[in-house]
Amino acid sequence: MRLSGLAKGEQGVVQGLDVTGHGGAIEEAELERRLLEMGFVEGAHVKVLHEGLFGRDPIAVKLDDMRVALRRREADAILMDAVPA
Amino acid sequence: MSDTALPTRIALVGNPNSGKTALFNALTGSRQKVANYPGVTVERKEGSVTTPAGRRALVLDLPGTYSLRARSPDEMVTRDVVLGHLAGETPPDILVCVADATNLRLVLRLVLELKQVGRPMVLALNMFDIAERQGIRIDLAGLSQALGVPIVTTVAVRKRGLEALLAEVDRLTGQAAIAAAWHQPSAGDLRESARQAERILKAHVKPPLRPDTLTGKLDGLLLHPVAGTLILFAILFLMFQAVFTWASPAMDLIDASFAQIGGWVGAVLPDGLLHSFIVDGIIAGVGSVVIFLPQILILFFFIILLEDFGYMARAAFLMDKMMGVAGLHGRAFIPLLSSFACAIPGIMSARVIDNRRDRLTTILVAPLTTCSARIPVYTLIIAAFIPPRQVYGMSLQGLVMLGLYAAGISSALIVAFIIRRIIWRSASEPFLIELPAYKTPDAWNVARGVWQRGQIFLQRAGTTIFAMMVLIWVLATFPYAPADATGPAINYSFAGMIGHAMLPVFAPIGFNWEMAVALVPGMAAREVAVGALGTVYSIAGDNTAGLAATLASKWSLASALAFLAWYVFAPQCMATLGVVRRETGGWFWMWVMFGYMTGLAYIAALITYRIALSFGAG
Repeated sequence: MRLSGLAKGEQGVVQGLDVTGHGGAIEEAELERRLLEMGFVEGAHVKVLHEGLFGRDPIAVKLDDMRVALRRREADAILMDAVPA
Repeated sequence: MSDTALPTRIALVGNPNSGKTALFNALTGSRQKVANYPGVTVERKEGSVTTPAGRRALVLDLPGTYSLRARSPDEMVTRDVVLGHLAGETPPDILVCVADATNLRLVLRLVLELKQVGRPMVLALNMFDIAERQGIRIDLAGLSQALGVPIVTTVAVRKRGLEALLAEVDRLTGQAAIAAAWHQPSAGDLRESARQAERILKAHVKPPLRPDTLTGKLDGLLLHPVAGTLILFAILFLMFQAVFTWASPAMDLIDASFAQIGGWVGAVLPDGLLHSFIVDGIIAGVGSVVIFLPQILILFFFIILLEDFGYMARAAFLMDKMMGVAGLHGRAFIPLLSSFACAIPGIMSARVIDNRRDRLTTILVAPLTTCSARIPVYTLIIAAFIPPRQVYGMSLQGLVMLGLYAAGISSALIVAFIIRRIIWRSASEPFLIELPAYKTPDAWNVARGVWQRGQIFLQRAGTTIFAMMVLIWVLATFPYAPADATGPAINYSFAGMIGHAMLPVFAPIGFNWEMAVALVPGMAAREVAVGALGTVYSIAGDNTAGLAATLASKWSLASALAFLAWYVFAPQCMATLGVVRRETGGWFWMWVMFGYMTGLAYIAALITYRIALSFGAG
């Protein structure tokens, strides 16, 4: 399961990053490093707080004790273990 | 301590939103210097402070970052200064890592990375009062020991903890740096340091007893897909209405003051060249620019307030999809919004966009958004040609102004769309930003920011614009009209010659030669055109009535509307073009911008003029 598949209110724990095919304009390894620097490390707790108006994108998530906004495209690189709400 | 000793150099490093600039302001007060790093256009803010031991210290405020792995020019400066690699910059003696005490996870990782640099370092836990209020229990001694760096707690906005911080600086002064062991961290290194930071956090920081619930509640409203977007537009609408209504009393006062000064000076000086130079050239010219200071201050007041409140990242979130339709990154919203004040800081803040094409696109379209230098031109023409009526309880003049703003932003988005979706089709940069907790903006820091912007504007008014005012006065005064001249003297001057020479190009879009003349010095900056028109018409002998009244009697409505349309698009700003050249590293993109904007301006003015004529506005 990936973070991109979570709806508002759903939560989980980061299990790993799979950046293959998600780099977009940047290298995949670079996306991985940026996600890590922002705190998307294995074991981090993530809950989807808000969704954008069009296509429910981007999303705002609670990431441990901070808040981060990202697009579902990038969220698709984040593998999750679901945690019941 | 002797005064002759070299000052201690302190560099402030930290995550974005850590209150780093507030701490910088608290430490250095008014002893600040804002300039650019040589060769790059990253703002270099340095100030001085005296430590408890009487030592002079120079404090450098570095751009916020999550890592020394630089991704943008801003972050590159931070990395190079910290590592002591930046040419022309003396390496810092001491690093002060500034942390938001309520949000420690990411900064602890940064501290671990900074330690590898080998320079003496102190960690300042800023906003410590908020951490205490939330009941976050931090074991300072344990944390300091685990990290291996001394820790002080600060509350920058209350000026608390500054003595302790500076005492720590004194203690570390003279301590030699050890060999730098920093290298670009790999994903593995980042995971390792994140895990280490997590362990330290768990061991020494207990979660808040009274967590901040306000941010969550406010986000429920402000990030709501529909309500949040509506609120964003309402804020923008309020901003622009405020720029108009709040500024007018101050503007009237400035206007009256300059007229008064002109009157006094005019009464003292004998008629002649000096009289004309001082009254028509200098006083009228500078007055016509300074009058817009209130509007610029109000606009920056809103922008800085929203930034300090923590709203700007939310605006980027709300706008990302819409900006994405135009092929722009959500982060481009902040540069574009800043461009409403001035394209120059807007273009410079495009550095937060890492991808080159995204960044170039943002830079190319930023000058299309309505900068404050257009306000003088718009205000003048609107005052002259749009009746001050109420339409559905709103001022008609305000609505026309809103329309001009809408034309600016929509053309920026359309041009961006053409560049990003047709010319440069490629994947877009990731959108990944922190949404900081909301904070009550500190009045003093907001005031300082607004004041700094005002100073920069006045410096421009006092230098570039003033020089151009003198130039236009010379152009409009010499050579003198022959003794038997029938028309106004300006007809015979250089300005008249240039205006007449350019007339064939501008006649099809409804410009008279005075307008063509005003465009020449108006290249210096858009608002100069107002002063130039003032000078042209006051020298032509129409000084008794206000400039607006003069224009209303001399221009047709169609010409006035064409002039407005021209100003929506035209690249009438040397400084912007100069910044584009510097930011893009060459002349090419500057000429691309100049070419496309001039073309758009001509076409828009032509269409506007023809349509207005067909409605009988000639």
